[in-house]
Amino acid sequence: MGFYVLRRLLALIPTLFIASVIAFTVVRLVPGDVLDLMLSENVYSSGAPEDRAQLEQALGLDKPLYQQYLHWAGDALQGDLGESLWRNTPVTGEIAARLDVTLELGILALLIALAIGLPIGIFAAVRQETLGDHIGRTFSILALAMPNFWLGTLVVILPALWWGWSPPNELVPFFENPLENLKTFLLPSLILGTSLSAVIMRMTRTMMLEVLRQDYIRTAWAKGLRERRVVLMHAVKNAMIPVITLVGILVPILFGGTVIIEQIFRLPGLGQLLLEAVSTRDYPVITGVFLVTGVVVMLVNLLVDLCYGYLDPKVRYDR
Amino acid sequence: MSTETSTATATATTAPRTEPAATLLRVENLHTVFEKDDGVVHAVNDVSFDVRRGEVLAIVGESGSGKSITAMSLLRLIPSPPGQIIGGRVLFDGQDLLDLPDDAIRQLRGRDISMIFQEPMTSLNPSLRIGRQLAEPLRVHGSVPKDKVRERCIELLRQVRIGDPEKRLDAYPHELSGGMRQRVMIAMGLACLPRLIIADEPTTALDVTVQAQILELLRDITRASQSSMMLITHDLGVVARYADRINVMYAGRIVERGTAHDIFHRPRHPYTVGLMESMPRLNDAIGNRLTPIPGSPPDLSDPPSGCPFHPRCRFAQPRCKQERPPLERLDEEHWKACWVNLDDTH
Repeated sequence: MGFYVLRRLLALIPTLFIASVIAFTVVRLVPGDVLDLMLSENVYSSGAPEDRAQLEQALGLDKPLYQQYLHWAGDALQGDLGESLWRNTPVTGEIAARLDVTLELGILALLIALAIGLPIGIFAAVRQETLGDHIGRTFSILALAMPNFWLGTLVVILPALWWGWSPPNELVPFFENPLENLKTFLLPSLILGTSLSAVIMRMTRTMMLEVLRQDYIRTAWAKGLRERRVVLMHAVKNAMIPVITLVGILVPILFGGTVIIEQIFRLPGLGQLLLEAVSTRDYPVITGVFLVTGVVVMLVNLLVDLCYGYLDPKVRYDR
Repeated sequence: MSTETSTATATATTAPRTEPAATLLRVENLHTVFEKDDGVVHAVNDVSFDVRRGEVLAIVGESGSGKSITAMSLLRLIPSPPGQIIGGRVLFDGQDLLDLPDDAIRQLRGRDISMIFQEPMTSLNPSLRIGRQLAEPLRVHGSVPKDKVRERCIELLRQVRIGDPEKRLDAYPHELSGGMRQRVMIAMGLACLPRLIIADEPTTALDVTVQAQILELLRDITRASQSSMMLITHDLGVVARYADRINVMYAGRIVERGTAHDIFHRPRHPYTVGLMESMPRLNDAIGNRLTPIPGSPPDLSDPPSGCPFHPRCRFAQPRCKQERPPLERLDEEHWKACWVNLDDTH
């Protein structure tokens, strides 16, 4: 098991390399040049070609792309992701300062998605074609159909219009005041979680229906077990493997959601940082955020693979 | 008509006065249907039979004849929807199981009546250890004090002749062979010392050599514990060696019933005769071909008129197309549902 994890971690290295190359080059291919942006914002600039060349050199953008990459990668290996082109602050520090907000938002959203999706999915399968099943499925269709940004905007605007209430503006660190902190995160994570819960609910329901038809479920009934035990003990564990896989796939989608939700609720997370960096073509920041989220997604999928071993005893890690 | 009886239980009669002592389970006019998109399937149609104390009663038929559905109907294990038991009574110790509250039938399952299913490969939960699955009936019915459960599990595994039982308790099903898994299934079925064991094709998925071991084990154990067994199979070879009495099912109905001796030596229903002819026998001359029954079992959502077997029957008469023959008594133990009078020379 320990060896397996080590091997999987080593296997991340080539993946990470490819991801970094893509993250590094793609942002530089986006139309719109950071030099133009900077020159147009600088009222003192004459717009002369010499200014432009000078700026390009100062930012290190005059060298060939591969040289830029090697330079950047060398630093990245030591944990230095470069500096923001605009602020000259270290990217590593900027990300570190915001990672916790996005992680908290993401984890809470995922927990909420599971807390809603799993029970409703299980219930809908066990009571297939009853009123409860139909209500659950209607809920999931609704949740799937409502875009995050629309729901988020409504949640911010409507209470403000009706009661003059708006979500808390200031973010209190979790360890300072957990309650206040969770209050801030409640609405955004609820909105993110609800839309994810729909997918989880549908997958859970489908898999439970599949498992409940299996011979060993009939065996469980024939032993005289109560329904709760048949469902929770014999069915759920076997139905969870595809659901866990789904969670692994949902994590990148979840990150995409945080970008929008952080903007709506003004949460100072990675999504906000990324959005700002993209609009100012701040290449090192964009690349850094891509890389960090890439690592998080890969680690989550490693975790998912480890869950298989718990759920399915046939999965062996010793080979 | 001879009344010779070759089996011990055949001496017990079905006469009402001796019934309380002899009959453990009495099924009356059981009727189970499945709602399908293209109509209602009468999987079990007006089936009546009884199981006596201490006997091995076989139900024989092709796949799709309704024998497994009959067994599952007894414990109300029919998946519903689409299945539904729409009529009949299942009297176990005088109680109608079809009338019991859900909780009462649940407590009876695995404790008084247990089922051993076909497909040992899929009938055990792949993600739970053997010990846990084996202990479940003991725990849920409280048959053994909690601290004795493990001990009893080991004893059960030993009883079904699984070597190294302490270690096997921690194994997962995929770590055992098919034969071993079926032994575990049997151990599970025996755990609470049930009075009736329903074995649904207990050996179909196994190697021939293992089949015999498993069946002998089942017979020995039921004999030792004086419980009754309902053996459901399509394999006449199995039935010949282990059953006391036999019900032959076709298209959801019982078409012939008798002692094993009756069925094998004096079959009176053309379907039973056909089954016999399609079975290899040791004393057949080499080169004798087996005769399969022509055609295939009827579509039960649209059964043939009259006798359901008439389209495949080589003795069919005009009457067979119009009227369905009732199950009639030929002698003490022998019943048939057929208009044609077959004798031993058919």
